Amino acid sequence: MTQKILLLLVGCLFSLGLAAAPNGARLYERHCSACHGLNGQGGVGIPLALPSFQAAVEDDFLFTTIREGRPGRVMPAFKSLSDAQVTAIIHHIRGWAPERKESATAATAKSAYGHAERGKNLFAQYCAHCHGAHGEGGHGTGVTFSRPRDLPIMPPALNNPGFLAAASDQMIKQTLMEGRAGTPMISFLKVGLKEQDIDDIVSYIRSMQKEPLHWQYDKEQEPVITMESSYDVATSVENLKRAAVGKNFRIIRIQNLEDGLFPPEEQNKKQVIVYFCNFNFINQALSLDPRVGLFMPCRITVVEGDDGTVRLMAINPKYMSRMYNNAELDDACQEMHDIYISIMEEATL
Amino acid sequence: MNRHLPLVITLMLALFATLAQGAEERLLMMRSTQSFPEAMLALQKTLGEYGYTVSRVQRVDIGLTGSGFQTDKYRIVFFGKPTEIRNLTAAHPELIPYLPLKMTLFAEQEETLVVALDPTALYEVVPTEEFRYRLQRWKNDILSIMDELREE
Repeated sequence: MTQKILLLLVGCLFSLGLAAAPNGARLYERHCSACHGLNGQGGVGIPLALPSFQAAVEDDFLFTTIREGRPGRVMPAFKSLSDAQVTAIIHHIRGWAPERKESATAATAKSAYGHAERGKNLFAQYCAHCHGAHGEGGHGTGVTFSRPRDLPIMPPALNNPGFLAAASDQMIKQTLMEGRAGTPMISFLKVGLKEQDIDDIVSYIRSMQKEPLHWQYDKEQEPVITMESSYDVATSVENLKRAAVGKNFRIIRIQNLEDGLFPPEEQNKKQVIVYFCNFNFINQALSLDPRVGLFMPCRITVVEGDDGTVRLMAINPKYMSRMYNNAELDDACQEMHDIYISIMEEATL
Repeated sequence: MNRHLPLVITLMLALFATLAQGAEERLLMMRSTQSFPEAMLALQKTLGEYGYTVSRVQRVDIGLTGSGFQTDKYRIVFFGKPTEIRNLTAAHPELIPYLPLKMTLFAEQEETLVVALDPTALYEVVPTEEFRYRLQRWKNDILSIMDELREE
């Protein structure tokens, strides 16, 4: 019996690939390619194959980035990948730059003894335009999904604890000195800054570590917003339509939940979905994160229970927001949450 | 039995750790090298092969471009197993806002991206062992469907 259990478990482990050496290409394709592109050309995520990126970052930077992610900045933390799996992914990424050499300034960029206060002023003058006044980074995600964007790559959030944990002073200094060819990041030596100025900026960026951005999703949120209605299903649907239109939404569809799943005569008529949209709002949300289609379209369902009670139900956008690791979505989700509450209150008044 | 117990426990822990992989990825995403129309067709066909019915496709891009906004193809596919959805919404009405399941597809130049919510994220909605098992099955199905799309 024991032998059979052992055999079964070993078989399961082999079938899951645990017993085999990790395949970096396969792991990359599964975990990274959707955002970073199949060949590292970038998208929502940065272009990992970019030669200037490959030259500037060490394997430690990549390792810590995969492990810790960027809290609140879309890149998730892959904590459950084994060290060997992460290393295999890095090896695969490095395959795009077989000729990679340490940059010319890497040797001189090894130490940065700067004055953070002075660096703060320089940062405001030279960096804040792209990286934000407090190093919070550019808005939205990367190049993204065929939507028009101003920049080929989003400026990273320098105050992000994931970035600060992953990036060495040397790497930051080197990037400031050389820039990143193929991105809007220029060499600040070429615009007239001295090495001491750059050391000061590095010290200021490092000082953000004392008060890093600590984004965390709201754990208190319930998954569903529910409100009881004293009206019957048909009246509640009409009330919902009126309330949604009153909030500048367009009613796009009313259907039974089972529509498309059962023939019309067999559908449960006590579960009715009201779909509504505001395309301006959708467009704004998509510019923050192109994956928000999972929220769409706006929807409130009118449900009559077995006891005759009629309820209005909707997903809680603030609960859904946690799935995206995108702090910028939080405000939009708060707004959507408030709109749902407002429409439901009006419909049940 | 006692002689093998530590090994059995170790292997079981390793197995569970492996099954828990990706727990931090709350969105399931994949990139297909197929163009949008091909990927859309392949998704609908593969969903059918896994026993799911596509109940509707929402054409978000049509609404957006009709309102003057620029976007490439962007669609939402609603799907489910009819009887399973009927039984679940009857037993757990709190799931209603999350059903049918959905996947979002959008074009990125000549490629297509597919995104779905990791169903295991819904465990909080109905925190029972029976439902956890079902969520894991949905997740496995979605990952397998994505694997098939990747290989097409």
